[in-house]
Amino acid sequence: MITVGGKQIPNIIYREKDIPNIREFDVYVKNGGYEGLKKALGMTRATVIQEVKDSNLRGRGGAGFPAGVKWSFIPQNNAVNYVTVNADESETGTFKDRQIMENNPHQLIEGALICAYAVKAKAVYIYLRGEFWDVAHELDKHIEAGRKAGLYGANGTLKDAEGNPFTVEVYTHLGAGAYICGEESALLNSLEGKLGQPRVRPPFPAQKGGGLYGEPTVVNNVETLANVPWIITNGAAAYKGIGVGNSTGTKIFCLSGHVKRPANYELPFGVTFRELLYEYGGGPLDGRTFKAILPSGGSGPIIRVTDELLDTPLTYEDLQKHNSILGSASVIVMDDTTDIVWVASKVIKFFKHESCGKCTPCREGTYWLDKVLDRILRGEGRANDVDLIANVAANMKPTTLCALGEFAANPVIWTIKNFPEEFKAWVEGDRKGPQLAPMALPSPAAD
Amino acid sequence: MNTLQQKYAERIQTTLAKYPDKRSAVMPMLYIAQEEYGHVNPEGIQQVAEICDMDPTQVKSIAGFYTMYSEKPKGEYWLQVCVDLPCALRGADEFHHWLLHELDIEEGGTTADGVFTVEHVMCLAACDKAPMLQCNFHFEENLDKDKMRAKLKAWRDQALAAKRGKK
Ligand SMILES: Cc1cc2nc3c(=O)[nH]c(=O)nc-3n(C[C@H](O)[C@H](O)[C@H](O)COP(=O)(O)O)c2cc1C
Ligand code: SF4
Ligand code: FES
Repeated sequence: MITVGGKQIPNIIYREKDIPNIREFDVYVKNGGYEGLKKALGMTRATVIQEVKDSNLRGRGGAGFPAGVKWSFIPQNNAVNYVTVNADESETGTFKDRQIMENNPHQLIEGALICAYAVKAKAVYIYLRGEFWDVAHELDKHIEAGRKAGLYGANGTLKDAEGNPFTVEVYTHLGAGAYICGEESALLNSLEGKLGQPRVRPPFPAQKGGGLYGEPTVVNNVETLANVPWIITNGAAAYKGIGVGNSTGTKIFCLSGHVKRPANYELPFGVTFRELLYEYGGGPLDGRTFKAILPSGGSGPIIRVTDELLDTPLTYEDLQKHNSILGSASVIVMDDTTDIVWVASKVIKFFKHESCGKCTPCREGTYWLDKVLDRILRGEGRANDVDLIANVAANMKPTTLCALGEFAANPVIWTIKNFPEEFKAWVEGDRKGPQLAPMALPSPAAD
Repeated sequence: MNTLQQKYAERIQTTLAKYPDKRSAVMPMLYIAQEEYGHVNPEGIQQVAEICDMDPTQVKSIAGFYTMYSEKPKGEYWLQVCVDLPCALRGADEFHHWLLHELDIEEGGTTADGVFTVEHVMCLAACDKAPMLQCNFHFEENLDKDKMRAKLKAWRDQALAAKRGKK
C-alpha cells in the first residue's frame, strides 16, 4: 500500500511491496494474476478499448498520449497487427521500467496481451535496451512460464469472445546501446534489423505502412501497459478515483541526485514536489538546500526550486504551468553545491553522444553546444558565448526529424533562461571549477 | 554451415523463429558473433550476413551503429562506468577517475595484462545506486573504493587463473 496524505491506496504497479515474489508465475496467479486477461477476452475488443479510454490512462514513456485513443487507431480489419513494448529506458534519470520487469514481470506481459487482444495483434515484441541483458533473460523465463500454462502462445487454451483460441506470442528483443532506439520509429527500424534511426512520418506506426514490417503497430511504454490489467479488473471508474483531473492513476517517480533516499516511488498523480522530495526522498543532504530540478530527466526544461514550486502538484498540467514537462517523471534533484552550467554541459554530452546523426541541425548543434560549454567551463568563455549557444539551440528546435533535436536544445535554452547568473559568473566573473562531486555520499537507505 | 551455425545451432534457430524476417535477427546474431570471437571481427560479420541473408556491408554498418558491439578486442572484463548527470551528482566522475588511476590506464584503455577495459557511458537506468558500472553487461551497483578494489582483485584472479588453465 502507498500511504499518502494519511490515506492508503494500493500499489498498482510495484505490487512486490505488498506481495513478495510476485515475479513468480504461481504467486502472480494466486494473487489475481491473468484474471484481467481472462476478463478482457470475454469482452468485445471495442469494449476493452473503451474501458482503457475511459480510464484516461496516459502514456508513461514521455508524451502522455492517451493509450486507449492510440489503440483505437489500429485498423481492426487488417490481417496482421503488432504490439511492441518500449523497454528501451535510456532517458537520463529513468530507472522505473527495469524495476517493473525485474519484480512484477507478469503484469507487463498481461497488460501487453490485453492490448494485443484489443488491437487484434498477432505478436508482442518487448524491445529492451541492450544493457538489460540479464533482465531480458529472466523475462524470457517468465514468458515461458505463462506460455507453458497455456495462457498464450501457439498452444494457448483460452478463447476470446468470438470463440477463437488466444494464441498471441510474446518475444523479447535486445537492443545494443543507442538511446535513439527508444524513439518509437527508430525502435521499429532497429527491430527490423535496420539502422536505429527515426522514420519520416506519416505514416505513423498505427497506420498501414508505418508500423513493424509495415503493419499497424501499437508502441507503448512498459509502465503504461503494466497499468492495464488493473484497469480491466477493477474498472475505469476505480482507476480514475486515483490521481487528479486528467492525470489519473499512479505514476512512478524516479527520484535521483541530491536527496537522502533516491529511489523509485509509486505515488498517485497530484502529490507535490514537497511530499516527493521530503517525505519520500528524505529531504536534502545534511547542510544543503535544494536548488534546481529536472522533472523529466535530461530532456525537459530545468526549473528553480522555490516554495511555490515545492507546493506544485505533480501532474501533466501543473508542470506545464511552470514551463516544464512531467515526461517520464525522472526527477533529478540538484542542491546548492551544483554548478548549473556544468549540468547543461553534462546533459549536452548525453545528446551529442546519442544523436543518430541523420539531421544536420541536431548533429552539428549538439557538437557546437558541447564545444562552447566546455570552453566556458575551462574558464575561457568569451563575452558573446552565451548568446552564441542560445542561438545555436534556438535554431535546432523546429528543424529536426525527431524530438531528440528539441530535447537537446532544452538544457541550454532553459538553463540560460532560468539561471542566467550562473553563466554570467563563468564568462564575466571569476568562477573556477566546478569541483567533482565527492564520492563519499551517504548511501541510500535500503528501500 | 558456418562456424556459428554449427556451434550455436539451437540458439540461432530459436532466435530466427521469433521473426517473420531473418533480417530482424541481425542484432542477436551479432551478440553471438561477439561472444564467439571476443569482438565483432570480419569473420563474424560474414557469417551473420549469411545467417540473416544480408550484405556484409549492411551488417557492418549495424555493428558500427550500436555501442555494445565492439570491433576491437576489449579486456576480459569490460567495465562501463556511468558518469551521466544523476550518477555524477553522487560522485561518479570522481569514481571513474579513481578507477582509471587504480588500474593505471586512460579512459577507453585496456590494462597491460589484457584483463580490464574501462569506458565511461551514459545513464544505465540505475541512477539511485550510484556510483555504478556494468561489467560485461552485468550491473554492479552502490560501489565504493573498498568494494571496487575487492571486485577488481577477484576478477583479475579469475582471469589469470583462466589463462593458466588454457596453457
Ligand atoms: C529520443 C526519444 C527517446 C525516447 N525514449 C523512450 C524510452 O526510452 N522509453 C519509452 O517508453 N519511450 C521513449 N520515447 C517515447 C516513444 O517515442 C513513444 O512515444 C512511447 O514509447 C509511446 O509509449 P507511451 O504512449 O506508452 O508512452 C522516446 C522518444 C524520443 C523522441
Ligand atoms: S533529430 Fe537528431 S536524433 Fe532525431 S533523427 Fe534527427 S539527427 Fe537523429
Ligand atoms: S545516471 Fe548513472 S545510471 Fe542513470
